[in-house]
Amino acid sequence: MGLHGGQFTTMRIPIETFHLDNGLFVTLSEDHTAPIVAVNLWYHVGSANEKPGRTGFAHLFEHMLFQGSAHVGSNEHFELIQRAGGTLNGSTWLERTNYFETVPSNELALALWLEADRMGELLPAMTQEKLDTQRDVVKNERRWSVDNQPYGTMLEKLQELVFPASHPFQHSLIGSMEDLTAASLDDVAQFFSTYYTPDNAVLSIAGDFEGVEAHRLVAEYFEPIPKGKGKPPLPPMVLPPVFGKRLREVVHDNVSLPRLFMAFRTPVFGSEEYYAASVASAVIGLRKGSRLHQSLVRERQIAADASAFTFDLAKGTDLLVIDVTARPETALAQLEEEVEREVDLLNRDGVSDSEVKRAIALIETDLIASLQAAGERADRLSMFATYFKQPQLINEQADRYRRVTAERVNDLISERFGEDNRASLLYIPKEGVESEGIMAAAAGTG
Amino acid sequence: MVTSLRPKPGPTRRYRFPEFHDETLPGGIRLLTAPANKLPIATILVVVDAGSVNEPRGKEGIASLTAAGLLEGTNQFDGAELAQKFEHLGTSLESGADWDSAFVTITVLSDKLEEATRLLGEVISSPVFPEREVERLKAERLAEILQLESEPRGLADEKFSEFLYSPESRYSRPDEGSTESVGALSRKDVEDFYRSTYRSEGTTVIVVGDVTPERARAIVAEAFQKWPAGSRKEAQFITAPRAKSRSVHILHKPEAPQSELRVGHVGLPRRHPDFFPTLVMNAVLGGLFGSRINLNLREVHGYTYGASSHYDWRRGAGPFVVSTAVQSEVTAPALTEVLLEIDRIRSDKISDEELTLARDYLEGVFPIRYESTAAIATALATLVVHSLPADYYDAYRKNIHSVSADAVLAAANAHLHPLELQTVIVGDAKTIQSSLVDPRFGELLVHNA
Repeated sequence: MGLHGGQFTTMRIPIETFHLDNGLFVTLSEDHTAPIVAVNLWYHVGSANEKPGRTGFAHLFEHMLFQGSAHVGSNEHFELIQRAGGTLNGSTWLERTNYFETVPSNELALALWLEADRMGELLPAMTQEKLDTQRDVVKNERRWSVDNQPYGTMLEKLQELVFPASHPFQHSLIGSMEDLTAASLDDVAQFFSTYYTPDNAVLSIAGDFEGVEAHRLVAEYFEPIPKGKGKPPLPPMVLPPVFGKRLREVVHDNVSLPRLFMAFRTPVFGSEEYYAASVASAVIGLRKGSRLHQSLVRERQIAADASAFTFDLAKGTDLLVIDVTARPETALAQLEEEVEREVDLLNRDGVSDSEVKRAIALIETDLIASLQAAGERADRLSMFATYFKQPQLINEQADRYRRVTAERVNDLISERFGEDNRASLLYIPKEGVESEGIMAAAAGTG
Repeated sequence: MVTSLRPKPGPTRRYRFPEFHDETLPGGIRLLTAPANKLPIATILVVVDAGSVNEPRGKEGIASLTAAGLLEGTNQFDGAELAQKFEHLGTSLESGADWDSAFVTITVLSDKLEEATRLLGEVISSPVFPEREVERLKAERLAEILQLESEPRGLADEKFSEFLYSPESRYSRPDEGSTESVGALSRKDVEDFYRSTYRSEGTTVIVVGDVTPERARAIVAEAFQKWPAGSRKEAQFITAPRAKSRSVHILHKPEAPQSELRVGHVGLPRRHPDFFPTLVMNAVLGGLFGSRINLNLREVHGYTYGASSHYDWRRGAGPFVVSTAVQSEVTAPALTEVLLEIDRIRSDKISDEELTLARDYLEGVFPIRYESTAAIATALATLVVHSLPADYYDAYRKNIHSVSADAVLAAANAHLHPLELQTVIVGDAKTIQSSLVDPRFGELLVHNA
């Protein structure tokens, strides 16, 4: 079965939804092109839900979900799915945690059963030893992706810079070493019973399955899982539309080239004005025809690279971030000045119809291309269902983007690109460290 | 309670790799087309015999620079205009070169296919390589090389190649060139490389997606009508190792919290008759999450976030390498475990459990790899680059399935060479050096990163 009626404008993926009595929200999207099916679970919990002193816990907990459950051995989840010929993983973000498998379609039951077993009965499999090992694994993940990687601290430094102290988005997603050390089995039990409940989750299935059979399997495996007792509300998330002042932080780090991240508060993901911000971001920094690439990389040649993106946060505020890496001969002050000048120019003159058309054309193609993979369809269904209870929004994205005009983008820019809404995070190379006579000390051994 | 009964798989549903047409156009270009009409989208991938192995000695980086330079202007449009034109069609032209070939590709909505392909044809048939843009691209590559100095993963990969292959081998030097080689390249070098390699005989155009073969043929024939005739350039494959006995190279990075570790030796070329047993052997050793090396280093010891092994399949013998990043303090124990695992898979037959896990995974995941037009196009490019038979993908799962535990053991013995293992570590020499003074690891050499 094809997913389009021969014309892009009519493209819709089929969607069916239902709830189980325990509150699990299920979305289904059939496509029989290839014998592949994707199972995807979003739990509406992320680093924003962490208690003080437990930064990084939501992500450490995600690791524990691969350590077995009542009827599944340690690491067996991975083995069973790979043995079935499937791919799998999980990921943690500020607002959610997701788990996903793509398997040959005759293995749908296995993927669902594995997800149900760990949603229903994780705790019998949890041990101190497993927690200690995963704590070490996560600490090594932090060393690898944050501490020993140029610009690797960007996410946590930016969160710290742009969110107020008590805001749920302010603290580190990967967590501090101290907080990871402090995490206990009690924390695991409490987090599980509070957040890993069917009424705090969305299950999506996309690809080659029969609706009736999928209904039956979901009911059989997930219905026995009791509803949760509710989760504590997040503290107030809403923030004013602008920072109110200029924010700036300079980080001296083990990097080769200066790099500037400039963030702006922008309308939350899913709001009508989010789409104007998303288009603004593409006008500014998506691909080589974008404003910043044309101007800073191609014409003025002060940058080695330039791009822009949005965080897509659905609560509080979203962030639009400009990311420019300097050429070796460009000093930090010049980098900062030139980017500021580009932002001032945008703020003063706005963007043109043609720039907006280019941006929307690129976004449309990316949207369609991403829907080719069953896993991506399932993930987006889960996302729209989790954030807005409306999985069908997946079919409305192209239209919402097409409705964005230069006028709307310019309204957004004049509201959000002023000097009172710019946060600059600058990385500059640390002074060279002496090699401490290491060469002389080198010892040859046979 | 969730049922404790593990579900059994249902009946397998048939899958076939997309059928494709293979033909030679009147001008000499080879055309592969694979219709896939799930979504209104198509990918065009042009593969040219103009990779790093085709570079003249001393011109390392010219293949990448030439591929990038294609987008910088034609007789009709300059680079900025070209970017605008493609992007207004909702696509961007991407180009590059790897060891074996250069590629130029777009993915575009099918109603824009004609216009985008015409433009693509012009870009690669009549590039002018403006001096200013060539110099800019060189400067961008030099910035990238500088970035690598502070990026442990990339640095470890690059230094591993350098210490693995003899200096005569092209593989010993960075595929996109070094500061010295790129710095010395000129606009004329680009022009010369383009003229000598971008010819009909070494060019294949692959079209995958929502388009019939007839329409694809018409579009490509028109877009490539100016493509110059000519024969392909022969490549050099010198793949001798630099050392025949074990050695350990530390690239000193003061205060590094982790050691970025590479262990391996020269592997084997893609078209080796032992390809399938070696693939299965590597899956068990370090290719899968549930492989011996990952389970040992990550799940048993908690030394790392991940560890894996792989053969880099090139036309010449690419490297076999185990890659991981471990906490500095456990560098030597982690290296010991890697060496043990390499010995172990050579001494005893793998278990049935391990064999079936690797085979079932590789067979089962096969259709999942080809969900997008871009992925199918890349798979077809692999056929072209390595001159694999037309039924390669149809026979793939059967070939995997027929690999036995004996064949895996034989492949491990034939294609893992414990005595020749070279180790490269980007890490803090002050912390790790003394623990690596050990004859089992080989001669120790420390370098400034």
